[in-house]
Amino acid sequence: MTAEVTREPEGAAARPVAGGVVRGRLVRPGGVLPIVVILALLLVLIAIQQPDFFQPASLLSFLGRSAPIIILAAGQYFVIVSGEFDLSVGSLVTAQVVVAARLIDSDPGRTWPVVLLLFGFGLLVGVANGLVTTTLRVPSFITTLGMYLILVGAVYLWSDGAPRGGLSDEFRRFGRLAFEDVPLLGRLPYALLVLLAVAVLLLLFSRSDAGRTLVAVGDNPRTAELTGVRVGRTKTVAFVISGLAATVAAILLGGYSGVSFQAGLGLEFTAITAVVLGGVALGGGRGALLGAMLGALTLETLFTLMNFYGVSGALKSTVQGLIILAAVSVGALRRR
Amino acid sequence: MTAAPSAPQRTPAVPRREVRTLRTAVGADPARGVFVALALTLAIGWVVVALDGGQLLNQSSVVSLLHVATGLGLVAAGQTLVILGGSLDLSVGYVVSLSTLIAAETMNGSDSRIGPAILLVMAVSVAVGLVNGFLVATVGINAFIATLGVGLLLKGYLENGYDGPAGSTAPTLVQTLGYQRVGPVPVAFLLFLAVAAAIWFALRRTRYGHHLVAVGGDAQVARLSGVRNDRVLILSHVLCALCAGLAGVYLASRLGSGAPRVGVESFYDLESIAAVVLGGAALAGGRGGVVGTVGGVLLLASVDSVFNQLDVDAFFKQVVRGVIIIAAVALYARRRHRRHRERNGARS
Amino acid sequence: MVTIRSETAESGGDPPLLELRGITKAFLDVRVLHGIDLDLRRGEVHAVVGENGAGKSTLMKIISGVYPPDGGSVALDGRPVSFRSPRQAQSAGVGIIHQEFNLLPERTVAENVFLGHEPLRRGLVDTRTMLRRTAELLDAVGETSFAPTARVGGLGVARQQVVEIVKALALDARLLIMDEPTAALADHEVELLYGLVRRLQERGIGVLYVSHRLVEVFDLSSRITVLKDGRRVTTVPTARTSQDQLVRHMVGRELAHYYPPRAEPGRADEVRLSIRNGANDRLRGVDLDLRAGEVLGIAGLQGSGRSALARAVFGVAPFTSGEVRLGGRPVRLRTVRSAVRAGIVYITEDRKGEGIAARQSVLDNALLAGRAVFPRWAGRAARTVRVRELLAAVEVRAAGDQQEIRFLSGGNQQKVVLARWLALSPRVLLFDEPTRGIDVGAKSAIHDLVRRLARDGAAVLMISSELPELLGMSDRIVVMRDGAVAGELPAQATEEDVMGLATGAVRGEPR
Repeated sequence: MTAEVTREPEGAAARPVAGGVVRGRLVRPGGVLPIVVILALLLVLIAIQQPDFFQPASLLSFLGRSAPIIILAAGQYFVIVSGEFDLSVGSLVTAQVVVAARLIDSDPGRTWPVVLLLFGFGLLVGVANGLVTTTLRVPSFITTLGMYLILVGAVYLWSDGAPRGGLSDEFRRFGRLAFEDVPLLGRLPYALLVLLAVAVLLLLFSRSDAGRTLVAVGDNPRTAELTGVRVGRTKTVAFVISGLAATVAAILLGGYSGVSFQAGLGLEFTAITAVVLGGVALGGGRGALLGAMLGALTLETLFTLMNFYGVSGALKSTVQGLIILAAVSVGALRRR
Repeated sequence: MTAAPSAPQRTPAVPRREVRTLRTAVGADPARGVFVALALTLAIGWVVVALDGGQLLNQSSVVSLLHVATGLGLVAAGQTLVILGGSLDLSVGYVVSLSTLIAAETMNGSDSRIGPAILLVMAVSVAVGLVNGFLVATVGINAFIATLGVGLLLKGYLENGYDGPAGSTAPTLVQTLGYQRVGPVPVAFLLFLAVAAAIWFALRRTRYGHHLVAVGGDAQVARLSGVRNDRVLILSHVLCALCAGLAGVYLASRLGSGAPRVGVESFYDLESIAAVVLGGAALAGGRGGVVGTVGGVLLLASVDSVFNQLDVDAFFKQVVRGVIIIAAVALYARRRHRRHRERNGARS
Repeated sequence: MVTIRSETAESGGDPPLLELRGITKAFLDVRVLHGIDLDLRRGEVHAVVGENGAGKSTLMKIISGVYPPDGGSVALDGRPVSFRSPRQAQSAGVGIIHQEFNLLPERTVAENVFLGHEPLRRGLVDTRTMLRRTAELLDAVGETSFAPTARVGGLGVARQQVVEIVKALALDARLLIMDEPTAALADHEVELLYGLVRRLQERGIGVLYVSHRLVEVFDLSSRITVLKDGRRVTTVPTARTSQDQLVRHMVGRELAHYYPPRAEPGRADEVRLSIRNGANDRLRGVDLDLRAGEVLGIAGLQGSGRSALARAVFGVAPFTSGEVRLGGRPVRLRTVRSAVRAGIVYITEDRKGEGIAARQSVLDNALLAGRAVFPRWAGRAARTVRVRELLAAVEVRAAGDQQEIRFLSGGNQQKVVLARWLALSPRVLLFDEPTRGIDVGAKSAIHDLVRRLARDGAAVLMISSELPELLGMSDRIVVMRDGAVAGELPAQATEEDVMGLATGAVRGEPR
């Protein structure tokens, strides 16, 4: 009896073991170590083939190019860790790009109002996803699948089957341009700065009370509810973050590659894949935002690597599929 | 049953004799909802089309409705099995595309090679299904990611090897499976119904069917009851891929050649899941049935048909589809929630 | 039908149905069973009791083929057996009824009963035979209130328990292991189970009955085996022992030592929480005063509204009418959040299902309430420090506060939950079965804590099904029946007093 009550001599009671925090975060399930290893491996393979890649200029422009998908993955992370899915982000990106083009119609004066409007629209889509999922109790897979169909259909409908108008240079510079002649770094893409800003913001959020609560909701919504968490609202916030992240990604992608109905094609799957690669559990409750973002970076690195090794563009998805399956299999088998 | 009514009934809520058949949760309740929705859609559609000066159910529109239903239906019938087992298959779209190519290229316009072509399609489908099943059931990867990954593998193969239509389907198959009809009903639609009926029967009267619903309902319960969960799931993935392969053969007959993008362009992966869920199945598994899926497929095809008749923009159709899917599932969720509350209330 | 093998009497009598000799088992070098001997005769109910961690579950899992033993022998009908899977044990006639139901709510009774061994005819499931045999089995256990075609999810808990038992019988079980079969049952349902167990007994089926509830053990069994720390302490005929004696065997000390001293009389004066005419769909006309500094025990049968009362105050299923005052001021407690903000906290009885977030760390679990209800950025670090202190103060044993909580024992998990709420300095604590499923050591630590909280001025309401615990801990006891207060008893009340009010045998004087 007393053994349980009195403190263990080694002081195990509620005292973090030295280094336990750091080690725990890396190694425990949902930690970022595996994805860091995979990423390092891919970087080594790139280094062998194309050492120039690590020159600041090309590295920075690579990071800038990767920004949209990393931001998307970051948004998707919050949805997944809260126990849901967001399949609507790809179509939302497309919608935003097409809408922006039509509304701006190459008039630089309209750039900022339209950007504001896009954020409003992203917010609205997130709120809709969240409310339908939480108040109507529709599984988010279906909610966001429906939203996907609605957005794709609506955007085609609205533009009569072909994108119209055009983006202003003002709008496109975020995805396209860079600060030139930065000391030491050379060319610093705007997209990279946007990425850094978003990443810092979201990392801070994920460390905040609301961010931690989100993970607990994904782990056990019942417990969360009985602790005073407003579960529906919390999940809706996650969908909103995803919607806003998709908006940022759309602005960057539209700037980088212009207007097209294909702008966001398949990005929802890429984002979910990235999140899972980063060690985040589908179903919620486990995983780190950093892991999700590194997962996205890893995917982009993989695509770059395939370019360097001359893998035919068409075979890319095969290699991508193989890597994903291999990485996830290792994870699944290790959990045994 | 009849031998044992001697004991006094304490609460004769259900007279035993009346319930001789196994009317289980599979198929019975939620499926009704989708058929009501189907009837409503057709009725409203008929009125609206009539006001527009047309006729909803004329020969050609019925034929095209049933053809739309056949392609999606074959895929969705298989999808029903994996969803019932608590899994899902996102690779079906690519399996469909791949199968059209295998069929058309193997036949290469010759009737004599129909047999080998179909066998080859089946073999490849089984292989894909085995891989899916292995990854999901044996390795233990989340089905979403596993089948997405397998889909990507196939996508790469397709994009690498093909830019456009290839091969040529045997004329006999085009004439029969592709275009032959019994009245307004395409032969292919009958094939779909036959597949659905076979699945329906398997779910009710085979051990596999009983075990599948158990695995989807509660994997732990199934395991402790002696069910071999992994085998059941693998078999389901194989059957699902086979159905997708069959859909591929049908589409090859319809199009006359292999089409590397047909499966993806038709959104067969997500639409088949939507059809199953419209039919009242739970995405988490353990509840639903192929009857509901048939209803879901017909509902989606009818909406399609109504809008075609009204000459409504194809994209508007998609918006409406999205709304219908969400609304239907919201209705199911509401009903189930109410039932759940009643039961809990009755407990104490 | 259930077949009972008729054994011809050998010289020296039948071999027992089940005989265990010197069973040992270790997990990762930790010995959990040390040479257990046990035998079970046909038609006997043999109870196995012991604290959590005494090795009962492991022993049952060895008998039912989940684990192989490391040493010793298992014999059925005198023949040695070694099962390598539950399936093998089942086909040898060993059935087990687990603590959690192993049923599919969406399927029919017959489909559940024959899951995994559906009868076949010409390769197809023979539904007619399935229905017929299920009906026969239901008749055999005297259950006629539902049909084989009923959906299991629509049946009450007790009837699901019957289905569970019939499921084991369908495999021709001759030996039935019942692991805490009454854990989910209301008291009148327990009666049904008793009848069923006796019927099984008459059919010659041997029952190993594992339970925490000593009353049941005495009602049902003919012999009792006590396990402690993986060893068999004793096996005694039930007629020749007493509950006190059993408890001594189980814990190695007297019952009376459990409980910390009560509050000094007169200390509890300020009415902290008062309910007048509180009602909702489970409760009616509830009047209750909870004073600062006291532990108010709530007794009652399952379903009498005990938990509903706590959950109404906590805003989970709020009162729909009536008045609640907190510290004299009327309050509206419509949501959990509003209750928590008002300083009311609730420690749920379903720790796993709604008390913890299993895959989050100890620290995250302890911080959950503060983060959810009083989110802040600036004071985060200070709050974490405070929660760490609390985790240490309640003496949580873990490999660091970053360990996932699911790896902790039930008692330690409960302490983390407690720390979570103590961090909010609550004024009213509602405990719902705070020591359920917790071993004796952690139990007394929690008892001490509860008492200390009251002494420090908190108002404590404590629901418990364990009457000794309730009597030992409470300053007053309110008994619930049918969603209303049946009466109030002083601390000196006896178990009989409580049961009298709870069952309606004694009418409480209107207050």
